[in-house]
Amino acid sequence: MQQLEREILDILKGDCRYPAEKIAAMLSADEKEVTEAIRRMERNGTIVKYSAIVNADDEAEEGVEALIEVKVTPQTGSGFDGIAEEIARHSEVKSLYLMSGAYDFTVIVESPSLRGVSRFISECISTFECVISTATHFILKKYKIEGATTGAKGEKRLPYSS
Amino acid sequence: MRRFICERAEALPASGIRKYFDLAATLDDVISLGVGEPDFTTPWDVRSAAIRSLQKGQTSYTANRGLKELRERICRYLAERFEVSASPEHVIVTVGASEGIDLVLRACVGVGDEVLIPDPSYVSYAPIVALQGGVPKAVKCTAENGFILTSEALEEAISARTKAVILCYPNNPTGAVMTREELQKVVTVFKKHDLLVISDEIYAELTYGGKHVSVLGFEGMRERTVLIGGFSKAFAMTGWRVGFTLAPPEIDAAMLKIHQYVALCAPRLSQHAALSALQNGFSDDFKSVEAMRTEYDRRRRYLVKEFNDMGLTCFEPRGAFYAFPSVRATGMDGDAFAESLLFEARVAVVPGSAFGACGRYHVRCSYATGTDELTQALSRIRGFLKKHI
Repeated sequence: MQQLEREILDILKGDCRYPAEKIAAMLSADEKEVTEAIRRMERNGTIVKYSAIVNADDEAEEGVEALIEVKVTPQTGSGFDGIAEEIARHSEVKSLYLMSGAYDFTVIVESPSLRGVSRFISECISTFECVISTATHFILKKYKIEGATTGAKGEKRLPYSS
Repeated sequence: MRRFICERAEALPASGIRKYFDLAATLDDVISLGVGEPDFTTPWDVRSAAIRSLQKGQTSYTANRGLKELRERICRYLAERFEVSASPEHVIVTVGASEGIDLVLRACVGVGDEVLIPDPSYVSYAPIVALQGGVPKAVKCTAENGFILTSEALEEAISARTKAVILCYPNNPTGAVMTREELQKVVTVFKKHDLLVISDEIYAELTYGGKHVSVLGFEGMRERTVLIGGFSKAFAMTGWRVGFTLAPPEIDAAMLKIHQYVALCAPRLSQHAALSALQNGFSDDFKSVEAMRTEYDRRRRYLVKEFNDMGLTCFEPRGAFYAFPSVRATGMDGDAFAESLLFEARVAVVPGSAFGACGRYHVRCSYATGTDELTQALSRIRGFLKKHI
């Protein structure tokens, strides 16, 4: 990856709403080059998607989020990837990571209700032959999401200082 | 009753910033570009080291000069980052760089001694010189010359009574830096006229597009230069009040005497925090400093481009975290601009006149402010300018 692309990603990871013009100004780069680099990264999958980070406490609608640890037997030929693709296909799955350590996958599931999550585990995840065990943890409160804290802001500085 | 306040204190002008501080306090929803400190919090490992020092009960005075280990690390830091060789015996750990400035001026400036101060510059030099009975003398620096101290302006300002020159580069409020070649020219003048140089290098780490050059590195400057440094800006440690000085032996001894009487030592807690900031820096090549600088640099480029685009001519600052645009296009001077902008658009900036007469048609805008707030402030300024240009 080129230096320009790395710098653009660094800025977009902080705030994906920044227009190319502003990013170009921040990097003293050509606006057209920045636009092209963003498009290129969108096309090649480096930039997967843009989304808002929402503080769930402020949401009117309540949903349930759970983190499920899944232990599996890797499949001949496809290893972990085959089963990962199967799990990822479900719309309830928000994030899916292959892990080192005591279990293999972390699955983050979002559902409108508690029952929805249990159904997803019992009727979907547990039915895969290669799944050895699961452990489900419900997310109760988020203090920090994607680098942003959800609580009170820090102490204010003086408006003027020399 | 008698008037207890002495003449020199009475004659001291109030800081040019104070009035705006009071005005801003009466208003809601003010976005401030008037802040002279980082918007980052001190890195966690540094805070943690301070907490550990408290837990260990390290609450006593330290040696007047400061912890030996800290002074040793300051010397290593100066050598590795700025190619300045130093000995811990000539370093004093001070209560912020501010105390360092005070110490050297008290140690060296007598009644009637002239001290040359590039104009515009940080607010505290002239008042302290005046408190000593010295004569602060402004040396004109202009946007056309990149706000640096030129040898011509310097020569013109020197008289038989001139004893010292203050250098403040990277400069607060202009963001100007001086290159090796530019410094070489004034160094020749310093030596020719046998002047003491007080070099406030508090913003040394915040130099963009090139490394900071210390005047101390020039041949023949060691014996006539007092270097002032600190942790506030580079390590986001303003509230800890910890800085340092490096001075020639005789001046160092005089400064230490004063330091012993007025401060005894810098706060021990802050010394442990500073020690940790340097230790961590050595182990990860000053990554947290680099990360902050990268962020400042992006904001700097953005802010300067925006100011120029909206008709406020802005010289490109290459250091510190300030932009210093000219507001002449509005027909106002910096004071009128800052006041109107505050009331009409709720954006706080500091009028350039607070830093000297040469700043009259400028305002200082700090980009030690998050990009979201900067964007909002710029949009308000743009709206304000529509009515005034």
